[in-house]
Amino acid sequence: MTLNDLEVGSSAVITEVGGEGNLRLRLLDMGLIPKTAVRVVRIAPLGDPIEIELRGYSLTLRRNDAKNIVVSRSEVLI
Amino acid sequence: MIFALVGNQNSGKTTLFNTLTGANQRVGNFPGVTVDSKTGEIRRHKDCTVVDLPGIYSIRPYSAEEIVTRDFVLEQNPDAIINIVDATNIERNLYLTLQLIELKIPMVVALNMMDEVRGNGGTVDVAKISEMLGVPVVPISASKNEGISELINTLISTAKSKRLPSVYDFCAPGPVHRCIHAVSHLIEDHAQQRGISARFAAIKLIEGDLDFSDKLNLSENELHTIGHNVQEMESECKMDANAALADMRYSFIETVCLAAVVKCSESREHKRSVKIDSLLTNKYLALPIFFSILILIFWLTFSVLGSFLSDLLLQGIETLTLFVDTGLKNYGINPVIGNFIVNGIFVGVGSVVSFLPLIIVLFLFLSILEDTGYMARVAFVMDKILRKIGLSGRSFVPMIIGFGCSVPAIMATRTLSSERDRKLTVLLTPFMSCSAKIPIYAVFCAAFFPKHATLVISGLYIFGVVVGILVALLLNKTVFRGKPVPFVMEMPNYRMPSIKSVMLLLWEKAKDFLQKAFTVIFVATIIIWFLGSFDAKLNFVDNQSNSLLASVGKLLSPIFAPLGLGDWKVTTSLISGLSAKEAVISTMSVLAGTTLDKLDGVLATMFTPISAISFLVFTLLYTPCVAAIAAFRRELNSLSKTLLIIILQCSVAWICAFAVYRLCHLLVSLNTTLNIFDLLILAAVLVCVVLAVTYIIKQKKKGRCVGCGSCEGCLSPCQNKKK
Repeated sequence: MTLNDLEVGSSAVITEVGGEGNLRLRLLDMGLIPKTAVRVVRIAPLGDPIEIELRGYSLTLRRNDAKNIVVSRSEVLI
Repeated sequence: MIFALVGNQNSGKTTLFNTLTGANQRVGNFPGVTVDSKTGEIRRHKDCTVVDLPGIYSIRPYSAEEIVTRDFVLEQNPDAIINIVDATNIERNLYLTLQLIELKIPMVVALNMMDEVRGNGGTVDVAKISEMLGVPVVPISASKNEGISELINTLISTAKSKRLPSVYDFCAPGPVHRCIHAVSHLIEDHAQQRGISARFAAIKLIEGDLDFSDKLNLSENELHTIGHNVQEMESECKMDANAALADMRYSFIETVCLAAVVKCSESREHKRSVKIDSLLTNKYLALPIFFSILILIFWLTFSVLGSFLSDLLLQGIETLTLFVDTGLKNYGINPVIGNFIVNGIFVGVGSVVSFLPLIIVLFLFLSILEDTGYMARVAFVMDKILRKIGLSGRSFVPMIIGFGCSVPAIMATRTLSSERDRKLTVLLTPFMSCSAKIPIYAVFCAAFFPKHATLVISGLYIFGVVVGILVALLLNKTVFRGKPVPFVMEMPNYRMPSIKSVMLLLWEKAKDFLQKAFTVIFVATIIIWFLGSFDAKLNFVDNQSNSLLASVGKLLSPIFAPLGLGDWKVTTSLISGLSAKEAVISTMSVLAGTTLDKLDGVLATMFTPISAISFLVFTLLYTPCVAAIAAFRRELNSLSKTLLIIILQCSVAWICAFAVYRLCHLLVSLNTTLNIFDLLILAAVLVCVVLAVTYIIKQKKKGRCVGCGSCEGCLSPCQNKKK
């Protein structure tokens, strides 16, 4: 499953960061790398983008970009 | 000595800069880009200059901001880097720190917001972090002015002793470690020649930064060996080079945090933010709250506070003008010079300066929204809408301000974090009909469409927005083609804005605007006064219809004839509208030989209802005014681009007015009488056309490969996208 499929409030661990070019590099730089725990905080009122929490801070990204991040659901809480 | 201030966005960089320098700041642009740079001297250390570089998350060259920072640090040889790190968000902030350390330049880490960490029961072992990173670390609180003098002392001693970071090797033994060492060994000589740190250059090469292989003059053979090393590492790590490097850095950071940072469970600030967000970004309440805030700001700025101050200032200027006028007359000054001083300088510059209170009040609210962190929420909420025209949510606020006045709207694009978005937003804001155009609409509606004034005026507003959207789509396909900067935005905690920062920003904006008013706008008003007061033989004229301006109007009127605006009086008033939109109506009444209150009667002899519509459309879309042109010039940092924008706006206005004029005529010839329902039908048809075009563009986009640079124009879904 991808980060886009997570429902609000649930956590998972990143297993793979896909995508291409600048977007992917930006995601890596922001700390979205394999083995990182993430939690979906909320979805924007219009349904897109989403807000996630990782490494102790909040980040927003578009659903389309979130589809590139493969996650595996786990018991990990952040 | 020169210090470069580098740090993440939202790390308190601007606050630290303000604390270090006070009001001794100068704003400038970096050559070639519109990225802001501020420099200032440290208080009580006049020989120390700090350069505030754009807030960035890493030194990869993805946007103008990152490139500017990287080039400044690498090429301007600062004596030391001040790296500001948000202690409440230390993991991600240290990522940039590690990259900066690799540059091998003397550096001090300013660990900001330590008060917040301590207040929540967390601790940071500063000595331990300093030892592990190999650079001095100073705990500070920029907003509370704590630790600043220690920071300055450490900074000066580090720069004087040229103390380089003592740790470079962040990688645990393994494939990444081997690869970095092999590559840096290989290129050491090249890097030394260029004066760049070998490790930094090696990492850039492993990341695949092509700039660097050119910079270092590497041979085919060497590039091949590097490629081989990288491949080996990738296959051993089972990750590509970029992921492996990010993983290496974050692993090291995790070790540092484990050894030196005790996190509190959840900070008060974060809890508070979550509470506020549950209201402000609530599914149902977010949009109503946002629009209420906007309306409140608009109302306060344009009808209560700002306009009150503006009127007061205008009255003051008028009194002063009158006083000077009488004084000059009593003195017996040459009437031409008297007219120049009073009507040229005082009236011209005065009318522009009266915008100042509006700008200050508007920026007071905007900077509060920005500094509290609400603007990031606005971007979050509005992103989905603006994405359709190739922008991100951040552009929404400047565009809305455009309905009030284009000048602060253009100035507000400064808060956008990407240069591409900033330029596109600057281009689009003038299509939002500004409040100075309302008197023109009002006079024309009273004269031609008294029963449908609201309909016509709202139609014009909507038309402006629609044209803006179309222009945006068009520009996205042409000039701004290429990938937009990804919208991956940090959501900062809500914070109280610092009064000092807000005041400094207002001061800066006021200074900026006044500077413009007394340079560009001053010259422009003088030119327009000159054209309006002299004839071709340079005789002073009493009646404007004999002036040079009228001659220019007569010269240009054939261009406007296809729009039904061939009357030179109309053309002339449009030209005078360039000084300020208010001037259109006043010039027209002067030229028509009547007064403002009797103008609507005279208009019927100059316009037909159709040419009136065409005139309104042209007024809606053409270049706003000299103040706006000056703002374009300032924000785009280029005269040629400013001229291009003016040409673009005038052509768009001409084309649209022509289309509307012809379509109306067509309808009339079909129907012989034109009533408001025909106009309604026409508007509906236009909207349908626009929707159809947008739909087609969207469909085309869907069919094409998006988000992948490796294949060109393939029609099938991209193979690499899923990888």
